[in-house]
Amino acid sequence: MTERTPVTVTVNGIQYERSVEARLLLSDFLRHELNLTGTHVGCEHGSCGACTILLDGAAVRSCILFAVQVNGRAITTVEGLASDQNHLHPLQEAFREKHALQCGFCTPGILLTLIPFLAENAQPTEQAIRTVLSGNICRCTGYQNIVDAVLLAANPLP
Amino acid sequence: MATRTFGQPIRRNEDPRLLTGQATFTDDVHLAGMLHVAFVRSQYAHARIKRIDTATARAMPGVVAIYTASDLGDYWKPGPLLVPPPPVKGLIFNARTQVPLAKGKIRHAGEPLAVVVAESRYLAEDAAEQVVVEVEMLPAVVDLERALAATSPLIHEDLTQNINAHVVQQKGNYARARQQADVLLKRRFLYDRGTAAAMENRGIVAAWDAREEQLTLWDTTQAPIPIRNGLAAMLGLSEQQVRVIAPFIGGGFGPKIMMFYPEEVLLPWIAMRLGRPVKWIEDRQENFFATTQERGQVHDAEIALTRQGKVLGVHDIFLHDAGAYAPYGLTVPLNSQCTLLGQYDIPNYYSEFTSVFTNKPIVTPYRGAGRQHGVFVMERLLDLAARELGIDRVEIRKRNLIAPDQFPYNNAIIYQDFAPLTYDSGNYLPALEKAVEIIGYNQFLSEEQPRLRAAGRSVGLGIVTYVEGTGIGPYEGARVTVEASGRVSVATGIGTQGQGHYTSFAQIVADQLGVDVRAVRLVTGDTAAFYWGAGTFASRGAVVAGNAIHAAAVAVRKKILKKASDELEVAEEDLELVDGTVREVGAPETAIKLGDLALRANPLRGAVKPGSEPGLEATDYFGPERGATASGVHAMIVEIDRATMMVEIKRYVVVHDCGRVINPMILAGQIQGGVAQGIGNAFYEQLVFDANGQLMNASFMDYLLPTADTVPRIETDHVETPSPLNPLGIKGAGEAGAIPVGPLFAQAIEDALGDPTLEILEIPLSPSRLFELLKAHSEPRT
Repeated sequence: MTERTPVTVTVNGIQYERSVEARLLLSDFLRHELNLTGTHVGCEHGSCGACTILLDGAAVRSCILFAVQVNGRAITTVEGLASDQNHLHPLQEAFREKHALQCGFCTPGILLTLIPFLAENAQPTEQAIRTVLSGNICRCTGYQNIVDAVLLAANPLP
Repeated sequence: MATRTFGQPIRRNEDPRLLTGQATFTDDVHLAGMLHVAFVRSQYAHARIKRIDTATARAMPGVVAIYTASDLGDYWKPGPLLVPPPPVKGLIFNARTQVPLAKGKIRHAGEPLAVVVAESRYLAEDAAEQVVVEVEMLPAVVDLERALAATSPLIHEDLTQNINAHVVQQKGNYARARQQADVLLKRRFLYDRGTAAAMENRGIVAAWDAREEQLTLWDTTQAPIPIRNGLAAMLGLSEQQVRVIAPFIGGGFGPKIMMFYPEEVLLPWIAMRLGRPVKWIEDRQENFFATTQERGQVHDAEIALTRQGKVLGVHDIFLHDAGAYAPYGLTVPLNSQCTLLGQYDIPNYYSEFTSVFTNKPIVTPYRGAGRQHGVFVMERLLDLAARELGIDRVEIRKRNLIAPDQFPYNNAIIYQDFAPLTYDSGNYLPALEKAVEIIGYNQFLSEEQPRLRAAGRSVGLGIVTYVEGTGIGPYEGARVTVEASGRVSVATGIGTQGQGHYTSFAQIVADQLGVDVRAVRLVTGDTAAFYWGAGTFASRGAVVAGNAIHAAAVAVRKKILKKASDELEVAEEDLELVDGTVREVGAPETAIKLGDLALRANPLRGAVKPGSEPGLEATDYFGPERGATASGVHAMIVEIDRATMMVEIKRYVVVHDCGRVINPMILAGQIQGGVAQGIGNAFYEQLVFDANGQLMNASFMDYLLPTADTVPRIETDHVETPSPLNPLGIKGAGEAGAIPVGPLFAQAIEDALGDPTLEILEIPLSPSRLFELLKAHSEPRT
């Protein structure tokens, strides 16, 4: 049938080797080849941010990359943020504390957009948070509680 | 005494799963041997099908099957009419519902024509592109008024006009009110379409187990039980053979209601026919055509008032855009008709609407569900009247509010639940005064605005009120079970789309049984877990399912007390439920763990006494006689950049009343999210159709959704008027935030622009639309 290309990629610290069609989207690769379904697909044209992952530490949209483009690189998805549900990442904890998610569909992409942002901006202003979030659409929350969660994560209560 | 969690901002039980990517959404379901489905959809809004040639596509690698309408045989049937017309005298209603695949005729762009089944989604889409569709194009019916002209093409050719329905409802005698009035104001109001744009598109996975003769469907529906019942009937199966699971749903907002969408009807049929599981996941572009939409209406409304600003009556004639089919009956235009009267004591009302078929995607309720239009018309009429009479806009509202002693207040017309439109309870003036105070209405108008205007800045304030009929019947049910582990399980039939049901419902149970909220596990949206119910819509989940769960929990509590009374030989009234145990009041040493008690109530030896039931479990139902009326006030301060016509929201205040509050954190989230959707609806989002019925902006690049840098912080406050219609005293809150934002924008923008002759009579607006309106206004009239 169609020609396949080998891909070796490290996702959440585990190395995977697969052979895929060149046209396979990275989002589909993660979700359907690796069964990492925490990465969600909202628009398939790079405008909603739901499918955001970390590629070598940078937040990128997995629906506008091909799987073959990540050969030899390292990816973090939402499944890689916490060891289990009882030990959440501080940003995940802050999201829970501030009710920063409702349906939760956009949440993985938002978390992964924020992680490199917080790494570079330890004490962000509300305006800076709103600017970095402006590329991720959330249809449920009105964003306010997400902003508050980021502020809490950046300034945890003693 | 156990701590009461009702009213507390309890963190959500569902969050850890969602935050770690472990929650199952429909597209996360993967079954062995699963095939994938893509649809061939019409490129045209109105056309006659001459030929569909699938031969080339069928021969492509990986293609398993392709079906068109003619392949469906007897299974091809128009979908069910979900809501019949209400019992209103003289009503005309032409039911025309969507079909699984277009046969003979295409009635809207995006209507499915053929379905391709292949080994992967990629291959299915490849093949779908190779299906050849030959049509004879017909002129499209797009404009509501032209749709009714004698010369208009007919969408449903067995009708003589493109009329879905015609309804007149009246209260009092408007003609007489008109004669008595000092002032009459009449305007045309426009409201255009938007889309719900849930972040998760729709999707379905269907699997037929031929050995078990069991169909399982994962479906992004808000109402799994009606879907199970309907599909069982269509497929000739027993309801027990069909299990519908609505797993985690990525936002509903109405369009994921029990629609019997073509895809929903076809996937199970394909799974049974091929004997393999099949999956279809809507893509975003499909969502713009294939998922239902809302909001197109044109109102010609007149208000009659005394010189003192007392409203004597309102007369409204409107057209409602039903789209190509109208499976959801008249819910949306009835809501418009019934919500227009708002918080006001209006003795005379004449409302007439015509629901019109157009060659556009199907219209069904979307958060607010027609209430927006009524509120827009009424609030705008009051603003115009205030201006005409020289009365302050808050003052004219105060002069017309229904007084607290007028409840229950009968509006003498029929609501969408077919019950009389009677407001159960309310206390409107304190909420209005609170909003006035929080936004600093008087100070803004007397000091801040003049000062900023003098500095050349265009700042304005808006303040509007609304009501929302919520929590309608028919009923919901629930089963509450104390397990031997001490955990409590709750099963109910409604679906959940982010409203926090796993937590708010757990709170209701936790309070009755004296257990931790986290020890209560809710199963919802799975027909195998609970058989009876309707679904999540019309802001009814908390009201109707919440009260059913309460009733079941109360019954379990009674069983616990009775059993513990027998075991401890202590009178029931001397027992308390604390920390997952039952014990004699003040005697911790007597405590029996609820799990142990459950085990004793379900013995392996001995007898369960006649007249009693095993275990600690109860099922109960709740059906309100009619809906509970929530209400609120929104106020906002904006600044307009006259160079770009961009409107910046400086402050946004919501004071609302949804009766007793289960979880204020979740409630605030509902309000904030609703307002954000309202802001999109009022100022960013508009579905633009051309004269051929083509949607011109079917992507998130072209259809603007509100983002974090445009949605302001929402300041919320409450007034609490419990509903007398349910034991918990609650009213629904899911839609409230989205309802009054249109007239709020219109009023605030008019105020900011400071031209007392400018009238904004349409929604949605946008910077470019404001430019056009101002330009038209400043040009000399001919």
